[in-house]
Amino acid sequence: MGSPSALQLLSGLSPVQVFVHSFRRQRTLNEIAKQYGGLELLCDSVKIHNVTVDTQDGEDTLSMKDLLGWVRTNLIKERPEMFMKGETVRPGVLVLVNDCDWELSGQLDTTLEEKDVVVFISTLHGG
Amino acid sequence: MCPHFATWPLANRSPTEVILCHQNTQSPPTPSLSSREREQWSPTEAKASRIREELENLKFEKSEIERRISALEAQLRDIDETRTNSTTSCPPLENGDSGFGHGLSPDMIYRYSRHLLLPSIGVQGQSSLLKTSIVVVGAGGLGSPALLYLAACGVGRIGIVDHDVVELNNLHRQIIHSESYIGRSKVESAAAACRSINSTIQIVEHKEALRTSNAIGNSEELEYWNMMISMTVMLPRYDIVIDATDNAPSRYLISDCCVVLGKPLVSGAALGLEGQLTVYNYDGGPCYRCLFPSPPPTTACQRCSDSGVLGVVPGIIGCLQALEAIKVASTVGETLSRRMLLFDALSAHIRIVKIRGRSSQCEVCGENATFTQQQFQEFDYEKFTQSPLATSPLKLNLLPIEARISSKEYNERVLKGEPHILVDVRPVHHYKIISLPKSMNIPLSGLEARLPEISSALEKEEEHTGTETASDVSLYLVCRRGNDSQRAVQLLHNMGFTSAKDIIGGHESWARDVDPNFPTY
Repeated sequence: MGSPSALQLLSGLSPVQVFVHSFRRQRTLNEIAKQYGGLELLCDSVKIHNVTVDTQDGEDTLSMKDLLGWVRTNLIKERPEMFMKGETVRPGVLVLVNDCDWELSGQLDTTLEEKDVVVFISTLHGG
Repeated sequence: MCPHFATWPLANRSPTEVILCHQNTQSPPTPSLSSREREQWSPTEAKASRIREELENLKFEKSEIERRISALEAQLRDIDETRTNSTTSCPPLENGDSGFGHGLSPDMIYRYSRHLLLPSIGVQGQSSLLKTSIVVVGAGGLGSPALLYLAACGVGRIGIVDHDVVELNNLHRQIIHSESYIGRSKVESAAAACRSINSTIQIVEHKEALRTSNAIGNSEELEYWNMMISMTVMLPRYDIVIDATDNAPSRYLISDCCVVLGKPLVSGAALGLEGQLTVYNYDGGPCYRCLFPSPPPTTACQRCSDSGVLGVVPGIIGCLQALEAIKVASTVGETLSRRMLLFDALSAHIRIVKIRGRSSQCEVCGENATFTQQQFQEFDYEKFTQSPLATSPLKLNLLPIEARISSKEYNERVLKGEPHILVDVRPVHHYKIISLPKSMNIPLSGLEARLPEISSALEKEEEHTGTETASDVSLYLVCRRGNDSQRAVQLLHNMGFTSAKDIIGGHESWARDVDPNFPTY
């Protein structure tokens, strides 16, 4: 939902939406960065990232575990501890795959398909 | 509820002190005027100042009278309550048959007619509301609209829990409170507003003792224990709990208490331009801990007083909390149990997502969980979440005393004409609100990259003042509360600016100790 920049995600404020576009084997990260205009230039008003993610060599599918690794490498520029802890998301972050809690689809083992929508939400406490 | 929007000087004071303080900042500084200033004081200004003074006095008298009225009203209610019900202070809410085949009196039929006309609510739904008791924890941004709607729609008994007092910077979003209640208990203020809408329902006030400024440490601890004990005492008296608080430990505490007592929990949150809402511990749904077994890092827990909040956002979430509570109370419709509503004000998006059900592994409500009332009372929520229940602003102490300077001393040095550079490390949008004279703004996040600007400013000051070397020019760092300025000094020391000092307590101490007219936010 909405439009977080990577920066806002890091501050724990806003949900980040990732559209998983397609997986093409053996594409390089350089090509992705080029194709999407350089994610490091994301400004505060951008919450939605349309991404194309490479699958691991020899793999045909992409799991949430793979996607998290990709997001960490390609979208998160600073303070990765505000997004991840160990190999999963940090406490207080809800992960939704197509508007469904990833607990219901197998967490890290969730298999993603083309045009899936993944949303990361940091829980709010204010009032 | 957001008790900490409290600008520092107003926090931790009794209501009376707050009023006095408020007057100080509003009234003209007549007794302390210098003779030069006095000469410049025109007759028009003098007249305006007299009017302002009289207005302040009248407002003060008005709030005193209102306070006495509500105290007397409360006394009268207590007498009435004990008269009508001498066995228990909280009678079950039962409506006898009014002769129409249901418990609704002619007045009730007229008052709630628009509900009765709804086939899905009707007599049955309205009767359920009248028999329901709901407690709202937090009378702030979320609690304000929730309480107003719950009182208006005839919920039989409404409890209001809050320890805080109304402050001017609450009013942009905490719409249940008004200017005349500034400095007074939020619970009193909210209760009066609810009673003025609907005098036929019971309003129960759960006020926490106000903190005194001379015993902050002990009273905070006391407040914490009061809250623990009072939760187990007060929550059983209600059918539904609404979490309208503003911090992580309270959210865990309230959720756990609801599990222990078997109460449905309507939980809302709002910050910045976003809100979240769900119903916990109801209809097979999860509790807060099923969803968030481990607490988030404290750095991820933003507060309205730091990050800001658009007033209408908690308003919307609070209204939706009232709606969910009404649905639970009248067993009408589908609640948000096992679903979460996410609201993004800026893009006008409302997304409702499916969340997990009750977790069998949950430490509190899971299959093998043995979380008892006693364990609840012994659980240290502040330690668990690493953040305080009464979220007073963070006060870091990172630097040796020789690398720090008080705002008073800084003021003296400025008056003496000491050559210096003042760097304000707050974000740009903070700097635009208010800044100290002749300060330069370099936000902490970009400080490292902008060190050359500091070097050249120091050199310029050196040339300007004719000091021998740039090292004779002092370098001071300031921010809002004196935390980021310490981080900045640490960074500068590491980068060779060894004389850098931070102004202790930042702008807040400047407003408190040097210039009472300096705006706080």
